[in-house]
Amino acid sequence: MLKYSFDWSIVTSGKYFEWLVSGLKVTLELSAVGIVCAFILGLIIAVLRMSHFRPVRWIATAYLEFFRNTPLLVQIFFWYFGSYKVLPTVVNDWLNSTNFEFAAAAIALTIYTSAFIAEDIRSGILSIPKEQMEAARSAGFSYLRSMQYIILPQAVRITVPPLVNQFLNLAKNSSLAMSIGVMELTYQARQVESYTFKGFEAFTAATVIYLVLSVIITALMDLYNKKVLNPHRA
Amino acid sequence: MEEALNFQVIIDNLTYFMIGRYPNGPLGGLGLTMYLAVVSCVLSFFGGLILGLLSLSRNAIIRHPVNLFINAVRGIPLLMVIFWMYFLLPALMGKTVPEATTVIMGLTIFTSAYMSQIVRAGIQGIPKGQTEAAISTGLKPWQAMLYIILPQGLRNMIPSFVNQFVSLIKDTSLAFIVGVSELTHVGTQINNRTMAYPTEIFIFIAGVYFVLCFAFTSFSRWLEGRLTWRKSI
Repeated sequence: MLKYSFDWSIVTSGKYFEWLVSGLKVTLELSAVGIVCAFILGLIIAVLRMSHFRPVRWIATAYLEFFRNTPLLVQIFFWYFGSYKVLPTVVNDWLNSTNFEFAAAAIALTIYTSAFIAEDIRSGILSIPKEQMEAARSAGFSYLRSMQYIILPQAVRITVPPLVNQFLNLAKNSSLAMSIGVMELTYQARQVESYTFKGFEAFTAATVIYLVLSVIITALMDLYNKKVLNPHRA
Repeated sequence: MEEALNFQVIIDNLTYFMIGRYPNGPLGGLGLTMYLAVVSCVLSFFGGLILGLLSLSRNAIIRHPVNLFINAVRGIPLLMVIFWMYFLLPALMGKTVPEATTVIMGLTIFTSAYMSQIVRAGIQGIPKGQTEAAISTGLKPWQAMLYIILPQGLRNMIPSFVNQFVSLIKDTSLAFIVGVSELTHVGTQINNRTMAYPTEIFIFIAGVYFVLCFAFTSFSRWLEGRLTWRKSI
């Protein structure tokens, strides 16, 4: 058997506990910023993808395919190490005046996730039969009103589960920010391990925190699904 | 734009990007990336198949722990899984484990959990009547699964498997964290050595991954169209 004496007090109190808590705080901040920005950007890309003007549609498609098919880690490195040559000086100066590691990670997470969100939103809207729009229009609704009252309420129902999934993915992916020195949860777990050699305890603590996070989000989504979107389904 | 881009650094290091120090040293760069992805993909195919079948077991003592394991793995970041392997494997085996093995194990466990969901959905997509018909012709439940359900289910799963392979190619970049010299690691090495061309280097690396992944994504879309067309006849 393994000779290993567990010491859970390391991760439940004292300095190392505080490290993990501060890591969780950064993870939550990064996820919150990423989720809000990725949703807005994803919505915009989805609308552009459905544009009737071909060049706009092509640009949106190229954006989507490029960022979906490259690793997030490489994108993080690009924004962190390589963006200064392609961004205007004003933007660079602003970035350098902020927490640059955090900003680079947030930008990468936002852009990467927005590409997935855009596809989820688009397929949600496209899954509503065309006839619904035609019927709404012939009943006298304007295009925008048809969208507002007929198409979107149905599309939202279909889109919410995959969107929540993307939010969860973003929260988990935020762990990659440790590679450029953002002190989020995984980074702190690693720190605790290298200071105490208590890897089992440190990684268990971080794993449990991630699991609790995803269980909470999933449970909230189930509740939303039951109460708001499908109140009449048994 | 502050400075012009200069891609000479890519041309100078092209062999290193592609195969690392091979044949004078270990395989690296894109070659190692593909090696990690292919080996993990094959292993996770079988891992996913086994987990998927177990998660559908009628025996609750098997089903519940397996589902718990699958959901736990899906609930944590891949990086965390790799760190677990990094420090658990040597502790369990009592000797040092090569980093590449650590990464392959991490990728395999993580991807198997996702593959099991594809397998599960693929099996559940086959009408129940098929199993009933198979069993009423005298096949045992496992024979019905092996000869009737799986062959049909697996065909429907192929596009999802290809998509999962694309994720796997992207995920091999995390091997960077434990110092395996795959494409991303080689890129940061060259970046540290040359100092002046980070933009060029990371655009190039992103480009290489893009070409590879986009090819597979397009292939999976083509397959999807073809398989649905076949089904409709």
